[in-house]
Amino acid sequence: MPYYNLVFKQYTSETGTLLTYGGIGSGGGIRSLTDKVVDFGATDAYLDDAKLAEMPAEVVHIPTVLGAVVIAYNLPGVDNLELSDKLLEKIFMGEITRWNDPAIKANNPGLTFPDMEITFVHRSDGSGTTYIFSDYMSKVSTKWADNVGKGKSLQWPVGMGAKGNPGVAGTIKQTEGAIGYIGSEYAFAQKIQTAKVQNSAGNYILPSIASVSAAANADIPADTRVMLTNSSDPAAYPISGFTWIILYKEQNYDGRSKEQALATVTFLDWLVSEEAQGQAEKVHYAPLPEAAVQKAKVILRSVTYSGEPLLK
Amino acid sequence: MNTDKITKAVLFASSFLILLIAGGMIFSLASGAVPAFKSFGLNFIWGNVWNPTEGSENYGALPFIVGTVLTSLVALLISLPLSFSASLFLGEYYHGTRLAKILGTMVDLLAGIPSIVYGLWGFYVLRPVLISLGLPNQGFGIFTASIILAIMIIPYATSLSTEIITMVPGELKEAAYSLGATRMEVIFSVVVPSARSGIIAGYILSFGRALGETMAVTMLIGNANRIPDSFFGTGNTMASVIANQFGEADGLKLSSLIAIGLLLFLITGLINSLGKFIIKKME
Repeated sequence: MPYYNLVFKQYTSETGTLLTYGGIGSGGGIRSLTDKVVDFGATDAYLDDAKLAEMPAEVVHIPTVLGAVVIAYNLPGVDNLELSDKLLEKIFMGEITRWNDPAIKANNPGLTFPDMEITFVHRSDGSGTTYIFSDYMSKVSTKWADNVGKGKSLQWPVGMGAKGNPGVAGTIKQTEGAIGYIGSEYAFAQKIQTAKVQNSAGNYILPSIASVSAAANADIPADTRVMLTNSSDPAAYPISGFTWIILYKEQNYDGRSKEQALATVTFLDWLVSEEAQGQAEKVHYAPLPEAAVQKAKVILRSVTYSGEPLLK
Repeated sequence: MNTDKITKAVLFASSFLILLIAGGMIFSLASGAVPAFKSFGLNFIWGNVWNPTEGSENYGALPFIVGTVLTSLVALLISLPLSFSASLFLGEYYHGTRLAKILGTMVDLLAGIPSIVYGLWGFYVLRPVLISLGLPNQGFGIFTASIILAIMIIPYATSLSTEIITMVPGELKEAAYSLGATRMEVIFSVVVPSARSGIIAGYILSFGRALGETMAVTMLIGNANRIPDSFFGTGNTMASVIANQFGEADGLKLSSLIAIGLLLFLITGLINSLGKFIIKKME
């Protein structure tokens, strides 16, 4: 993820501690953590109780930044597109197939639409972005919840797949009439048109640092495992979510040294601090709200080495 | 005498190692695929649902088998006239000339272009051309993937066929000429029949290559995990779905992907054996 690339480099240059990050997908990260070959993994979809039970030892989640999944599209000259929940459901389930459909026009009276086919681009690989997107769709559309559901990988009713956020972004950019969902940073970096999505208060919101931060004004449980989609905050962008780093609560495993464990939690403590969080905006992510930072710090202080907490 | 023994031992050891590796691969593919076949039975092979949603997971290989075989067959059909003409050009008509050398080099160059570069070219160059010709699905689909595959496999069929054609004994051709045969008659009544088995071998080889091609296909086929609804529709192939979904897969999904890998392995092996059988029959 662009955020991790940025802050990891900064941490290394400031402290000299070498950090490497492999962007292989959260599945690979979780697998590597299970096999205990990495210090920590990262994921956009927190491990549910069933998955947690499958891990060899207790795992804790540290939220690190807030991101948004945007609805990106390619319609030259058609800006400020507003898509209601119903429209999203109909488009992504294949019931509306052309841009000049009267339903889209009715929702956007000020815009003119070409008679063009709608090409839905989804992910061909498993992804946390898909998880956040489908979690939102399941909350706002019972049809979607019944027929498609939520998950990192889905059986899509219509559309074509592209690999990775960059793949989807590239395909949308190259294909007139395309629409899809991508992580916010890719939409902004490639200057792809994004649609306004209607949140639960009825307001049409464009994804931005402010609207994504508003989505985090929710009750965050102590273990920070919560989905922030369809927030009740009237200013919130409804397809937002945390991303987490996961690590073992008890750090003394497989001959792991205390220094290594201490270095890991010290780094993570820095990651949720103001200094690192201030970098989030550079890559179009939103910093963690104070409530989440506090909970993260509490969790970090519960991480132990041979039973003794590493941080005070 | 000692060096003889040592050489023999080294040769035996290397051959044995290769056998071990090949056997090991088949074994790990098979054992990885067992959970999938346990859950779905042989219905996995003709199951046409690929549903990775948690809670209702159901996997079947048919959409991918269809996609793979369809794209490879169409690619073979498209490339056949092109590579046959090229091999006649290089091996018969202009054999030994400078023109043939240049063309031969260009064809070999095609073989050296990495798959991902083909995919890139197909995405940014071929697709817009097909869109302007009125192709649906924004230029993604079985047809586009087949075209790219056809271009990729031309060099394999061409170089093998050219070799075999040039190996046809000169006496045969001269005898035919002396009987009054025209150039065309010599080629189609003498050269091609004698080179038949080699030419077919070339096509089997290129078909096998097309079956396993991954990157170029995955960028152009649309990655829709269902049986294509039309010739210009989107679909997916075995190699492509593995490449896409392997990273995030675990449990039953991982086993299903490995099972697809095993099936691809078996299909490719089957095609190669079929090729050998045909060649034997023709000799």
